[in-house]
Amino acid sequence: MIHKYKLLDLNIVMDVYSGAVHVVDDIVYDMLDYCLEPFIPEAVCPQFIIDAMSDKYSKEEISESYSDICELVNLGQLFTDDCYEEIAKNWNKQSVVKALCLHIAHDCNLRCKYCFGDTGEYRGGRCLMSAETGKKAIDFVINNSGSRKNIEIDYFGGEPLMNFDVVKEITEYAKEEGKKHGKNFRFTITTNGLLLDEAKKKYINENMSNVVLSIDGRKEVNDRMRYRIDGSGSYDTIVPKYQDLADSRNQTNYYVRATFTSYNLDFTKDVMHLADLGFKQTSVEPVVAPYEEDYALRPEHLPQILDEYEKLAKEYVKRYKDGKWFNFFHFMIDLDQGPCAIKRLSGCGAGHEYLAITPQGDIYPCHQFVGNEPFKMGTVYEGKLNQDIVKYFENSNIYTKDKCRDCFAKFYCSGGCSANAYNFNKDINKPYELACEMEKKRVECAIAIAAVKKMS
Amino acid sequence: MKHIATLNKANLKETAKHGGCGECQTSCQSACKTSCTVANQKCEQA
Repeated sequence: MIHKYKLLDLNIVMDVYSGAVHVVDDIVYDMLDYCLEPFIPEAVCPQFIIDAMSDKYSKEEISESYSDICELVNLGQLFTDDCYEEIAKNWNKQSVVKALCLHIAHDCNLRCKYCFGDTGEYRGGRCLMSAETGKKAIDFVINNSGSRKNIEIDYFGGEPLMNFDVVKEITEYAKEEGKKHGKNFRFTITTNGLLLDEAKKKYINENMSNVVLSIDGRKEVNDRMRYRIDGSGSYDTIVPKYQDLADSRNQTNYYVRATFTSYNLDFTKDVMHLADLGFKQTSVEPVVAPYEEDYALRPEHLPQILDEYEKLAKEYVKRYKDGKWFNFFHFMIDLDQGPCAIKRLSGCGAGHEYLAITPQGDIYPCHQFVGNEPFKMGTVYEGKLNQDIVKYFENSNIYTKDKCRDCFAKFYCSGGCSANAYNFNKDINKPYELACEMEKKRVECAIAIAAVKKMS
Repeated sequence: MKHIATLNKANLKETAKHGGCGECQTSCQSACKTSCTVANQKCEQA
């Protein structure tokens, strides 16, 4: 399967099953319309192609271009076959748990309008995780991570800084236990920034391999959605703290992370605002919300959103060329050495490799399933997982999702977010269509940007 | 080739034979938490 598109003044051709990406001239781009799969190279260009193209191109150009296409096919870089379906079918996954999302606080000092965590409560009341429960979670992941060395712990909420002493106690315990058991723990914390201070910054910088700092971009955009209990916006408080933290980490190993909604479909301005504030690591994500919410993204917004991603890609490239580089999470792509095919087949790992732990020690497939009772998989105190739920997630891959079958982006998104699929379609194997369309556009943009960089 | 520039040497099929060590991050950990993008992650063997 191939996918071809024009973006950033380039003609791009993706060969889906080999992962090869080509930039082609107009004649090859046009000729590929006549090269149907299964494509079998012929010694000379078939007459029907010559007839179809000779009004626009010379016979010599047509012949050369056809030879180039055939050469790529013979190199296994164009029209390659799908060899993964069999792998997926016969897959006997022996998953181990390699990452936990610890819900350190089901409480928050903001009341963000779009919060999927029910402004911190997750449908279960406001509470904080105890150090004892956190340590049990660490024991649980050590016992269930097999021979895997690297273990990731995400401190998440609600707002984790509201329970920072417990964060520290769990971190120290994990480091200690990690040494005993040959595990390398890596920590990430996600925060709204209000409670950041010098002491917390120091501890975070010494211990956390990544920090995610929530901010939605322009002041009016941020403060419309991210406000305190008294209704006051958070922008003025958090911006200087974030700038200081980002600089103290040498502008690496962190993200400022925004959510865009129907109120800021012009989110390129928010990305650029974050860049103008000096942030070098940015992420701006579409809100996920039921269609009836006023801020929700709905199918009628899609054309504008897709245009906006193209606009962002153009502006991003302009800044890159002007020497004003910054990184945008969804445009990151490594064409030479990204994840292996096995990883791309299997997706995010929720429900078997990645689990979320509530303040009470209950285990869910991921942070977005927390509070959805039928998906409760066990507790860290019992130390066992409901194997039916594990298998449900483990068996899901891009070949169990019909909508992914003919999609060019399937090896880039791995079939999308299970929680989104479940929340919209009540089945983790039925991807959330709106997210698919946005992801496809982001993949196109990311590849085009990588192409511009390589070509320059 | 005069008409085509290939941007990458990677061959996904090769990684299907040798990949799957499982040491990489799970996908929701870096900066998203509400979507799923796998291709921007790092391979621990790289």
